[in-house]
Amino acid sequence: MSIFRPYDSDHSAAGCSCGRHSDETEHNAEQERALAARATNVEHLTNDVVEEAVLRAMFPQDHLRRHFLRAVGANTVRAAIASVLPLGALQAMAQEKTGPIEKKDLKIGFIAITCAAPLIMADPLGFYRKQGLNVTLNKTAGWALIRDKMVNKEHDASHFLSPMPLAMSMGLGSNPLPMRVATIQNINGQAITLHVKHKDKRDPKQWKGFKLAIPFEYSMHNYLLRYYLAEHGLDPDRDVQLRVTPPPEMVANLRAGNIDGFLGPDPFNQRAVYDEVGFIHILSKEIWDGHPCCAFGTSEEFIKQNPNTFAALFRSVLTAAAMARDPANRALVAKVISPAAYLNQPETVVQQVLSGKFADGLGNVRNVPTRADFDPVPWDSMGVWILSQMKRWGYIKGDVDYKAITEKVFLLTDAKKYMAELGQTVPVGAYKKYKIMGKEFDPATPDAYVNSFAIKR
Amino acid sequence: MNSSTSGKNLSMRAAVVSLLILLVFLLSWHLATAPTTHATPTAAMTAEQEEYAKLMGGAGTSAAADAAPAKTTGFPTPAQMGRTIVRQLSHPFYDNGPNDKGIGIQLGYSLGRVALGFIIAAVVAIPVGFMLGMSPLMQKALNPFIQILKPISPLAWMPLALYTIKDSSVSGIFVIFICSVWPMLMNTAFGVASVRRDWLNVARTLEVKPLRKAFLVILPAAAPTILTGMRISMGIAWLVIVAAEMLVGGTGIGYFVWNEWNNLSLTSVMFAILIIGVTGMLLDLLFARLQKYVTYVE
Repeated sequence: MSIFRPYDSDHSAAGCSCGRHSDETEHNAEQERALAARATNVEHLTNDVVEEAVLRAMFPQDHLRRHFLRAVGANTVRAAIASVLPLGALQAMAQEKTGPIEKKDLKIGFIAITCAAPLIMADPLGFYRKQGLNVTLNKTAGWALIRDKMVNKEHDASHFLSPMPLAMSMGLGSNPLPMRVATIQNINGQAITLHVKHKDKRDPKQWKGFKLAIPFEYSMHNYLLRYYLAEHGLDPDRDVQLRVTPPPEMVANLRAGNIDGFLGPDPFNQRAVYDEVGFIHILSKEIWDGHPCCAFGTSEEFIKQNPNTFAALFRSVLTAAAMARDPANRALVAKVISPAAYLNQPETVVQQVLSGKFADGLGNVRNVPTRADFDPVPWDSMGVWILSQMKRWGYIKGDVDYKAITEKVFLLTDAKKYMAELGQTVPVGAYKKYKIMGKEFDPATPDAYVNSFAIKR
Repeated sequence: MNSSTSGKNLSMRAAVVSLLILLVFLLSWHLATAPTTHATPTAAMTAEQEEYAKLMGGAGTSAAADAAPAKTTGFPTPAQMGRTIVRQLSHPFYDNGPNDKGIGIQLGYSLGRVALGFIIAAVVAIPVGFMLGMSPLMQKALNPFIQILKPISPLAWMPLALYTIKDSSVSGIFVIFICSVWPMLMNTAFGVASVRRDWLNVARTLEVKPLRKAFLVILPAAAPTILTGMRISMGIAWLVIVAAEMLVGGTGIGYFVWNEWNNLSLTSVMFAILIIGVTGMLLDLLFARLQKYVTYVE
């Protein structure tokens, strides 16, 4: 800008320091107005607070900070900080925390199994309350009802089997309803339990004609059991009968001899051992170490209408998962989720599941600390694997856009964001490779993976 | 005089026989479920065996046996049953959040649902039954629909109700309504249709207005039949609520049964069965009283 502006009507002889005002007093008044406007804007204020906090943290001494700012200029400092710190993300997060919660009273559905430990324990331990939520946990009778109550909007958010939100979003087994998975509730934590009369039939090849129970068609249990049977040369649709049975009814059916075994959630595997009707054949961890099982999520509609509520829910469940993850806390977790209001199981049974030190029903005490674990990251590659098995067993037909569906349903980016906000270690990447019973799964080539199996539909 | 004493005598003897049957039942139950304890010598067990026994809920050491509550598997004994009854009935109205409420509260929820469904059914069934009873044409026309809808099981309605109503509690009430409406409807229609001709003829000669005729002649004449229908309906409604609540969950005596099954606690399930039976009996007695009240001697 030139000093000489002979044709500028705004130019005055007196001038101000920026040249846009007729004199210095008007210039100052304008600046004050701008500052006042900024002070009433919540968004600006929050951003300023974050920047101020960061700056003060970096230069605790006032005079040093002022010298530095004067020497290099505010914009340079801002750019320098932004290059090492996610300033934008920090500001966005601070924004959300200050946002009012749209819906305080929430109903969350759950099935009384240890997989739901994080979302259950968040209630007695007060994690929901800490985020300003008033949550009612509704014990639900079966997975189909979990789905229906989510569709009916009786529940605001829910415990799911991790394949359910994918299936519901695609309209498998119900009308299509876009669902979102906030976190994976748990990894591992399932087992194949057989009736005690089959103690000598440890080779799956001897299982022809068996009746085996699974909790739901769209469940990890179904896909893991099918995978396990097929790897041993059994066709899960022809050589055995797979029966959908709600988890609590599995032990009763096993005792009655209606079924020969089940791949089911805990604590019912351990409960079958405790009641001396079954033994643990293998843990699901021995099929795929680190497999996802249950998930926590809600509908896309709910998130759009209540973004701050959802963020608060997300933070509560992540906090609970981080606590459940630490083996030192497992005894406490078992204690708070065992009473009648939640799992309604003997504490010693839940304790054995969570600590991994358990009686296997064959007379041995086994010690597997990672029998059940709680890793909340909803990896996209997990979703791709689930879809690959749905494709393999004919639940979905035709071409599948594995990545597009998964990335829409699994809120990996959000999980990472909230984990960072809570000071948790944030994982990198989205597509991990897995080894399942020694066979490698590459999420980059799901169709080739599906075609590589001898037994498929 | 003579017959009344013999009647009293008969009741006394019947009560004694009832009591005897109960005692025999309890005794055989006790003998059948008496625990067979083959005491394993603790000293002979290795450390691992001992730990295994402890994990299985057994008494590995005497200290562990004292600390852990007694493990109950298999069919409950009468003593365990008695303890459960005392425990449940001593705190019938406790409320530990949405998933753990006392038996009194659960029973209250169930009775509330039954009452609501039943009242709606009565409001619909009695006027429609009146219409059918007075008009042979309508009776003939609606008969096929009633015959098809009447035998449908309550649980078959449940998925449909859930899908259309989109609320599990209202669905439960709807299922009670749809199952208890038919006996009331049929009985009202039958009662109204079989009011004695002479009475109607008298009403016609006296030129009684239709509404007056309905309330003062037909209703009292048909009341015993209508109440029989209501009594049958109440029995069905009480049967239905347990099944519906087991399916949908949430609250109520049916949910209590389901939740205790979830815990594989046979004792509590049997306790609930007992409560359901007693409540059903009391409801039936109530309607028997009402029936007696409206019955007339010709």
